[in-house]
Amino acid sequence: MPLLDVRDLSVVFQRDNKPFTAVDGVSFTVEPGQAVGLVGESGCGKSVTSLAIMGLLPRRGNKVTGEVLFDDTDLLKLRPQELRDRRGRDIGMIFQDPLSSLNPVIPLGLQVAEVLERHQGKKRQEALREARKLLDAVGIPDPTRRLKEFPHQLSGGMRQRALIAIALACKPRLLIADEPTTALDVTIQAQILTLLKELVEGSGTALIMITHDLGVVAGLCDTVNVLYAGKVVERAARHDLFGAPRHPYTHGLLQSVPRLDVERGGRLHQIRGSVNDNIPWSEGCAFAPRCDRVIDACIGETVPLEPAFRGGALRCTNPVPQEVPA
Amino acid sequence: MLRVVSRRLIQLFITLLALMTLIFFWLRSLPGGPVDALLGERATPETRARLIKALGYDEPIWVQYGHFLKNVVTGNFGNSIRTGEPVMDVISRSFPATVELAVAAIIIAIGLGVPLGYLAARHRGRALDNATIILTLVGISIPIFFLGYLLKDWLTQSVHLFPPSGRISTGMDNTDVTGLFVLDGLLTREFDASADALWHLVLPALTLATIPLAIIIRITRASVLDVLDADYIRTAEAKGLRNPTVRKRHVLRNAMLPVVTIIGLQTGALLAGAVLTEKVYNWGGLGTLITDSISGSRDYPVLQALILLAAVVFIVVNLLVDLSYAIIDPRVRVR
Repeated sequence: MPLLDVRDLSVVFQRDNKPFTAVDGVSFTVEPGQAVGLVGESGCGKSVTSLAIMGLLPRRGNKVTGEVLFDDTDLLKLRPQELRDRRGRDIGMIFQDPLSSLNPVIPLGLQVAEVLERHQGKKRQEALREARKLLDAVGIPDPTRRLKEFPHQLSGGMRQRALIAIALACKPRLLIADEPTTALDVTIQAQILTLLKELVEGSGTALIMITHDLGVVAGLCDTVNVLYAGKVVERAARHDLFGAPRHPYTHGLLQSVPRLDVERGGRLHQIRGSVNDNIPWSEGCAFAPRCDRVIDACIGETVPLEPAFRGGALRCTNPVPQEVPA
Repeated sequence: MLRVVSRRLIQLFITLLALMTLIFFWLRSLPGGPVDALLGERATPETRARLIKALGYDEPIWVQYGHFLKNVVTGNFGNSIRTGEPVMDVISRSFPATVELAVAAIIIAIGLGVPLGYLAARHRGRALDNATIILTLVGISIPIFFLGYLLKDWLTQSVHLFPPSGRISTGMDNTDVTGLFVLDGLLTREFDASADALWHLVLPALTLATIPLAIIIRITRASVLDVLDADYIRTAEAKGLRNPTVRKRHVLRNAMLPVVTIIGLQTGALLAGAVLTEKVYNWGGLGTLITDSISGSRDYPVLQALILLAAVVFIVVNLLVDLSYAIIDPRVRVR
């Protein structure tokens, strides 16, 4: 049984007084201990998906439908108080910008300790002792001193480590990481990813990694969901996706990644147009206007997500020919 | 912290010096003056000359300025031209009245303003929020003397709920300790005097509080809205913290930063005297003293001291604000 089973999740909000479908019937599962990637460019709905799972979308102006089954309980049907009991305890989350995600006027120690106080009923002193251990575990040097420090006194990498410590404090079974390395220096990015990988694999925590960076996915995820304009367009195991991408969008994304094994001087591939050039899914494939492999059949009606190679799934009428990976 | 304070003290000194200079020359450049005011139009040149000499106005203005500075440094502000009393006595009679009124007004403004602003933000776009916004608009734009007379007419004439004017009932046998009548009553256990003074205080304090109240509501609302959108509030929610913890620990503390600044500015302004409110309720504070000193006799020594006092109060209050800022916000502390 999957730990998390997202079924037909849709999020519609009002933009300029018109309904806008940010997430359009997304389904995917996360098995216990599994690392799942949600990949796509800005505006594809990946962050909104994660916020909807956590129940962190503003209640007003958003319509969330579908099911988010965690341990067979539909999180979308829980009362706010019941959801609060699970957030931070069963599901942890880390965010993109580690500076703005930490409270500037509260010492770091309390920001870690309060989640322990809340979910494990620890007293302040005990929680702070535990917080010290947690900061130590995520590789923050001199944790005793850091407990009393404030976010602005820490480097970017250290702030993200602190956020990871907060998210993992109660040993949740699922960790959602929303672009955790985007705001960091490249050298720090690698450290944070290594840390995440170690912690997640060491504790058996399942992971949803949300990113636009295929490099991050390659190093971390077992299964990858590629999102485009609010829908899953391709799902595959990591090796299959990187070895033989079927959807032209996935293919294009992979072509756009700079590679060391290709001769230098060549022009990097780019996907033409932008997300703004989409057509609505009801009128065909949203990616069609930007697609190199577009055919007449792509326009007209919604393209369904169909089972594909080795348990994967694909939403395309004219996929990239399959090269069987070795 | 010590460096901040000492740097501020130097700033204070420079500000005061500049202000005293400005005031000294500005007052004397106005048409008319104490001599005309005291003697009237039909005085003989001899009488005028005698008075001018007696007041020391025959000396060159730079010499007068020098005397003034020297006296201020030694704490001697001279005697009131109008009453002949030492300026310090005149002011220390009026200052407690102003302090009592200003403190009451700012307590009302903060006590109502912060919760209302917070509630408005939590109910953004709903009835409570809209009502609050309209009320604050009214509060800011209604003229003080109009509101003052309105309240006075309604609550003291039509409904005899409050006394119409003064700080305490005549015949009330109260002991003067600090000059703050409500406090004095508590200190000397003359609770009837305290209650009576408090009763007199309600309407003037409400009237004076309207503008600061409206401003504090608006700033609090805007600031809370800002903070509610912040990423660290999302983090706090993601931790599953209970609502009261999120509000008190994460929202309010951050939202208070701009509000504290405004409270400081408003407090400073209130302590400098409330001319209109005092007029309406016949409240003998600094505001009354200012108008009397200008219109009646052009009382240079009193005016100079009053303006200096206002400046010192303002600067001290703002110093306190900055220090409290450093307590709330650790990012300010390191500098």
